[in-house]
Amino acid sequence: MSRAVTPRRKLINTTIAWAIGLLIFFPILWTILTSFKTEGQAIASPPIFLNFDWTLENYAVVMERSNYMRFLWNSIIIAGGSTILGLIIAVPAAWSMAFVPSKRTKDILLWMLSTKMLPAVGVLYPIYLLFIELGLLDSRTGLVIVMMLINLPIIVWMLYTYFREIPGEILEAARMDGAALRQEVLYILTPMAIPGIASTMLLNFILAWNEAFWTLNLTAAKAAPLTAFIASYSSPEGLFYAKLSAASTMAIAPILILGWFSQKQLVRGLTFGAVK
Amino acid sequence: MGQITLEKVTKSFGDVNVIPPLDLQINEGEFVVFVGPSGCGKSTLLRLIAGLEDVTSGAIKIDGTDATNLPPAKRGLAMVFQSYALYPHMSVRKNIAFPLKMAKMDPAEQERRVNYAAKVLNLTDYIDRRPGQLSGGQRQRVAIGRAIVREPSAFLFDEPLSNLDASLRVNMRLEISELHNSLATTMIYVTHDQVEAMTMADKIVVLRAGNIEQVGSPLELYRNPRNTFVAGFIGSPNMNLFSGAAAAEHGAATIGIRPEHMDLSTETGTWKGVVGVAEHLGSDTFLHIHETGLAEMVTVRASGEFAVKHGDTVYLTPQADKLHKFDKDGLKIA
Repeated sequence: MSRAVTPRRKLINTTIAWAIGLLIFFPILWTILTSFKTEGQAIASPPIFLNFDWTLENYAVVMERSNYMRFLWNSIIIAGGSTILGLIIAVPAAWSMAFVPSKRTKDILLWMLSTKMLPAVGVLYPIYLLFIELGLLDSRTGLVIVMMLINLPIIVWMLYTYFREIPGEILEAARMDGAALRQEVLYILTPMAIPGIASTMLLNFILAWNEAFWTLNLTAAKAAPLTAFIASYSSPEGLFYAKLSAASTMAIAPILILGWFSQKQLVRGLTFGAVK
Repeated sequence: MGQITLEKVTKSFGDVNVIPPLDLQINEGEFVVFVGPSGCGKSTLLRLIAGLEDVTSGAIKIDGTDATNLPPAKRGLAMVFQSYALYPHMSVRKNIAFPLKMAKMDPAEQERRVNYAAKVLNLTDYIDRRPGQLSGGQRQRVAIGRAIVREPSAFLFDEPLSNLDASLRVNMRLEISELHNSLATTMIYVTHDQVEAMTMADKIVVLRAGNIEQVGSPLELYRNPRNTFVAGFIGSPNMNLFSGAAAAEHGAATIGIRPEHMDLSTETGTWKGVVGVAEHLGSDTFLHIHETGLAEMVTVRASGEFAVKHGDTVYLTPQADKLHKFDKDGLKIA
């Protein structure tokens, strides 16, 4: 089912695609550009696009004032830890939903997703109290658990979709070959689902990295990740735009690089099952 | 080893009763073929024996011990699937070794058995390839290799040849038969192809809607079908079945005569008809005869050289001792 694409049509398509891409990317581009301006140029009106005095001063100030590496490390621990913990819980859950579904499986899946429809602030108070009770406030452990719980529905949904694509006969063959449930999941299902698991991991890592509501509300100093690092440069008074932009650029750089190198995997992951 | 007994086994999916109470005895070393039209429950029956489906009621005994509630892994059976169900991320070697690894067999012994199976099945040159790099026939052999290495008490085959092309199917049929001869292990084989059933089986189980219609050796079923269903299903081309006046003459509701059991003449005979299509196979010619007044079409076998053409008038005479009579319920009249 291929349609003939004329060169003119192709040119139009390419132009539109680039325009949309740039439009979406523009805020990030502007942040990066602003991070190299002086504070004065950052708020200049009309805005200066490229013709400003490029400077690294903002980065120097930010590095001097805050311990970037500590925030980075917290972000890695929280995003990585919640992703791994989430997978450990979601793989068996998705397995049972995909391969031994009951009449209620669809309902459970929808119910899990419905938790994502609740505004997070609605459960802030109970969770905050629980955290005080359990001594988890401003701890990486606490944030790993919360991040994992928040993204678990998405992980289960994605894995469920991938697992559904794996022919049941192969798992039955493993059972006939003497594999117990644990071995079936470990030696057959997981390796076959690696592409799906990888893109689920990536997406979840990005979501957890960028999450700000919980990280800002449940951390203070010790466990604060890069989102808190950005927020610390947002101030109602004074000239901080360029420094805020520098901090933002530093916070999103690792995930941007990770996303760039894994874009193939991510696109496949997000469109998986859409076309068969 | 390899005796399987089904006692009053039933299986329902929700309200749908797929297998009504069914009894079956499979003896050690037998090659048993479950055959029937699609949807007759033959694959379900095999999966019940394998343990991939739970029985709704009844018991399954393997070598005298009750296996009804054992998981598939504990039944000591090996299965070859229609889709081969190879592990796509493992090499041929690892695929074949997988059941041995699961059994925690000594690595040296694993190696020995895998190499032996690869040699027997002509897979030695492909041993380090992935299933995706193999042809259909090679994949089929890997699936068989994976089944034989653990020396199971019985093999289960679920329509294993239906994804292969015609010539390969004939070869694999022979290979499986030879394998059965050399291993002398019980084999249960599911197919909808009655030619496979006839050529491979020691014992054929004909199924319709979950019911066993008849159990017997290929020639028993061919010579002595118990009812019109088995009569029409076993034998190629199909038996001609007539009802009405021609049947009433023999005191039956339906009579059956196989294409190869009629004498053909251009001059005289019991039934007269006109030649329609002639299928020349070389050794034989099958003629479709119309306007006989018996049925829409009658198939008759002629020798390969029998010279008639479309529109010729011919005469058919059934061989009296090869005529099958059935009552109004379709059951054979003794």
